[in-house]
Amino acid sequence: MVKLIIDKKEVEVEEGTTILEAAKKLGIEIPHICYDERLEPTGSCRLCLVETNGVLVTSCTYPVREGMEVVTENERTNTARRKAIELMLSDHDVECITCEKSGSCLLEKYAYELGVKPAHKEKHVYPIFKNELFSLDKNRCILCGKCVQVCKDIQQCNVLDFAYRGMNTRISTPFNREFKASGCVFCGNCLSVCPTGAIVENNRKGKGREWELKKTETVCPYCGVGCSITLHTRDNRIVKVSSSESSLNEGWLCVKGRFGFDFVNSEERLKKPLIRENGVFREATWDEALSYVASRLKEIIKDHGSDAVGGFASAKCTNEENYLFQKFMRCAVGTNSVDHCARLCHAPTVVGLAKAFGSGAMTNTIEELENAECIFIIGSNTTETQPVTALRIKRAKAKGAKLIVVDPRKTELAELADLYLQINPGSDIALINAIMAVILKKGLEDKRFIEQRAEGFEALRAHLLSLDLGDALRITGVKREEIERAAELYAGSRRSSIVYCMGITQHICGTENVLALADLAMLCGMVGKESTGVNPLRGQCNVQGACDMGALPEFFTGYQKTDDEKAVEKFEMAWGTKLSRTRGLSIEEVIHGAEAGEIKALYVMGENPVISDPNSERTIRALKSLALLVVQDIFLTETAELADVVLPAACFAEKEGAFTNTERRVQRLRKAIEPPGEAKEDWRIICDLSSRMGYGMSYKNAEEIMQEIASLTPSYNGISYERIAIKGLQWPCPSKEHPGTRYLHKDGFSRGKGRFYCVNHRDPAELVDEDYPFILSTGRVLYHFHTGTMSRKSRGINEIFPGAIVEINPEDANRLLIGEGDRIRITSRRGSVVANARITERVREGMMFMPFHFREAPANRLTNDVLDEEAKTPEYKISAVRIEKCY
Amino acid sequence: MVIIPYLKELDRNESSLISALQETQKVFGYLPEEALEEIAQYLSVPVSSVYGVATFYSQFRFAPLGKYVIKICHGTACHVMGSGNIAQALEEDLGIKEGETTGDGLITLERVACLGCCSLAPTIMIGDRVYGRMTHDKMRKIIRDIKRGKL
Repeated sequence: MVKLIIDKKEVEVEEGTTILEAAKKLGIEIPHICYDERLEPTGSCRLCLVETNGVLVTSCTYPVREGMEVVTENERTNTARRKAIELMLSDHDVECITCEKSGSCLLEKYAYELGVKPAHKEKHVYPIFKNELFSLDKNRCILCGKCVQVCKDIQQCNVLDFAYRGMNTRISTPFNREFKASGCVFCGNCLSVCPTGAIVENNRKGKGREWELKKTETVCPYCGVGCSITLHTRDNRIVKVSSSESSLNEGWLCVKGRFGFDFVNSEERLKKPLIRENGVFREATWDEALSYVASRLKEIIKDHGSDAVGGFASAKCTNEENYLFQKFMRCAVGTNSVDHCARLCHAPTVVGLAKAFGSGAMTNTIEELENAECIFIIGSNTTETQPVTALRIKRAKAKGAKLIVVDPRKTELAELADLYLQINPGSDIALINAIMAVILKKGLEDKRFIEQRAEGFEALRAHLLSLDLGDALRITGVKREEIERAAELYAGSRRSSIVYCMGITQHICGTENVLALADLAMLCGMVGKESTGVNPLRGQCNVQGACDMGALPEFFTGYQKTDDEKAVEKFEMAWGTKLSRTRGLSIEEVIHGAEAGEIKALYVMGENPVISDPNSERTIRALKSLALLVVQDIFLTETAELADVVLPAACFAEKEGAFTNTERRVQRLRKAIEPPGEAKEDWRIICDLSSRMGYGMSYKNAEEIMQEIASLTPSYNGISYERIAIKGLQWPCPSKEHPGTRYLHKDGFSRGKGRFYCVNHRDPAELVDEDYPFILSTGRVLYHFHTGTMSRKSRGINEIFPGAIVEINPEDANRLLIGEGDRIRITSRRGSVVANARITERVREGMMFMPFHFREAPANRLTNDVLDEEAKTPEYKISAVRIEKCY
Repeated sequence: MVIIPYLKELDRNESSLISALQETQKVFGYLPEEALEEIAQYLSVPVSSVYGVATFYSQFRFAPLGKYVIKICHGTACHVMGSGNIAQALEEDLGIKEGETTGDGLITLERVACLGCCSLAPTIMIGDRVYGRMTHDKMRKIIRDIKRGKL
């Protein structure tokens, strides 16, 4: 520790602290523009000059020394600061009256505070460099370099840098190329650190001055990272989005989280309930629509029983709404057939990790990834699907962590990896078993952990040692040395994290894939410690929460089982009604049930199965055969178009509630604006409908619902709005005093001992043959989300990525005479779509990849609706297809 | 991979960047974009940094040189003797600025600090030859000769 005196006050700080940071500790704010605590200090703006020992030094770079005396402000520092501001203004386009940044511009602030007037002299005139989402106005740039640092060190995209020299220095993309052609991913993090109006969002121009904007702290509605965002609104419209530096995501966002909000104020939002009459929709009152739904549901229940009704809850809705939805299905309808899209993605995680560890969620936190020594990424295209999590991974790599990436598709992280294994699609188990066998043969397993914390090891050992490595090499298509190296890196590091996603779960053997990963982690003792664990990255903002809330047929809230009589009785007591003991149906079972005529009515809240479910022709057929389809959504989605009744809902920005992110963190969602027209919060709609069905539900507000959830859910017992007001709390949080749980299974697994399972490779359900010689894999792209309902309504984003593409290897393209951008027809046994070819080595020969966001070319028309037996998740990742060029 | 042969002599890291740029300019007479991309990839330096460094130094150029390079001296003596007027006249006659090349690729104007022939100020240099005591008329004649291929 070092003692020093700043402005006559003594302060003690750690060695290596800078003067600026030490002053901050004393509450002394030293003026600065280029300093940002998240970036390496550069000392370039010269505003943080302070006097020590008779000289001026830049306090953001100058480390403290014992006994040092510092004066942060006197005539000399002020003169120097004024000069610095004068120099910045000398080549700055002082247009504050039309500048969007006015009011939060640091140059304006300090010029005002120090009383510096702009010089009227000749300045550079640069053209404004505009892209689809933001503009770079070099005439307003003061060359602080923060955008360059963010682009290089945080996002690691290296698009921006200084170019030219002296007075001609400017920020530029290479060769002054368009952003899109320079590898920009449009995260806009450069924009978030820009102190002046040099980089600003296109969308906000003319929509309001900084001081007119209302700020609301809430959570991003896109992926499962759960970034904190601040909505800046005016006149019930979102003007811009920012994120606080002190948030979990440190203020960094991705393209969707920063620019993807046009959908909120879209003209296409549903504003009134709709009832289908003679084949067409007509507007209706709430009273009419809800009475109609209630009476039709009652009729169907009376004629066909409660189990003739299914319900799809939503990973886009709040915990409170999902809780009420499943309560409605169980109490008012009387069935356990309530499910949501977790079924289509991480159900194998919920099942698999619950079997192995006793709890089916991400074991560790996103932040911990940064300090891992080895990160084993399998079946996750993290930079596109959870871009902000990927920043932690990239930073871990920059700090020296070893990166192993396993994926049939060469993703951005694969390019960055120390070891990249391009396995054959669907060969994960063979690979993981082989890695474990090598670990055992080399004696790299954690014997103490296995003995004390796990059971079933002997069986696993015998199983692994009976396997032939040659088979694994043949099945996976990777080399022996690569498997050995993966084993050494993973088992040989002190802290190894497994990160996985849909590449693991969306297979007929999804649950077994997850079990294999759990085996690997336990074998090496890489669970229950910081920066280790088995970490499923969840796709949607509240998919974890929707699972936690019991929007699943087999669970009540907090994974209390519906086939556990005690749990059923507990909920019967709490909810004051008799509950069904019949096993509920999962999403695909409901769809198949509808097709078979067993399911008569379906209530869909915020889901879009027509685009998201496999084999969409069959899905559409099934939905059309229903006697009643009710869809509650913010837009007239492809599914809503088939509905009998459409109920307009409020979106994330228009309601209070809580989301639970991928790392089990329950965070507060806050209302920023009013919903359009007569749209209502989902929870209010459910309450109203339930009461009309004869099961009364009445809550004052969302908070009251959360109190009920907490009282019935052990892992949420300690959660209240008050406690999650700022950073949220990670479950399990069993009591009001409990600080939440950063990582799971520290002293013991939820189920006592961890359990090893022996799993075997299985061929995918569909293999290539002469008629269908390609393997098609589906997934997401950075710019779009799920069924595109939200992201495609955001203009700039949709301009960057306007439509469906299919990735094809150059060799295949050559052979079939396909050129970049050619229209390609892709046909599977279930259907056919047309998309533009994108020729890339990211996919290997014989393989193709297609994102599923696009209604004009729905990839899910092709996918196979064969299910993982245990988790009921479809095998989206492997369909056999053939292709032909369209002329 | 066009330029890799001579890059091979260099260490594959950032410290070789300037040498790589100089070698490239030696071969092409300027720095083609494709070459910079390749250097970036070969040395594992971001293209944006390569561009930043290349634009920082005045020795590097991004367009091919003209067949004739006219170096206009702006040293102290030439400055005093009116090199500014010579440059301006040349710029007006050719329709390009110092540092640029005519559309037909014939002439490049280059601004230099001192040619070391101060007694002949103002001076210009074309190829290895220095032309002294320049006037607007003399300049025009030289340009005419160049255009006729008589220089």
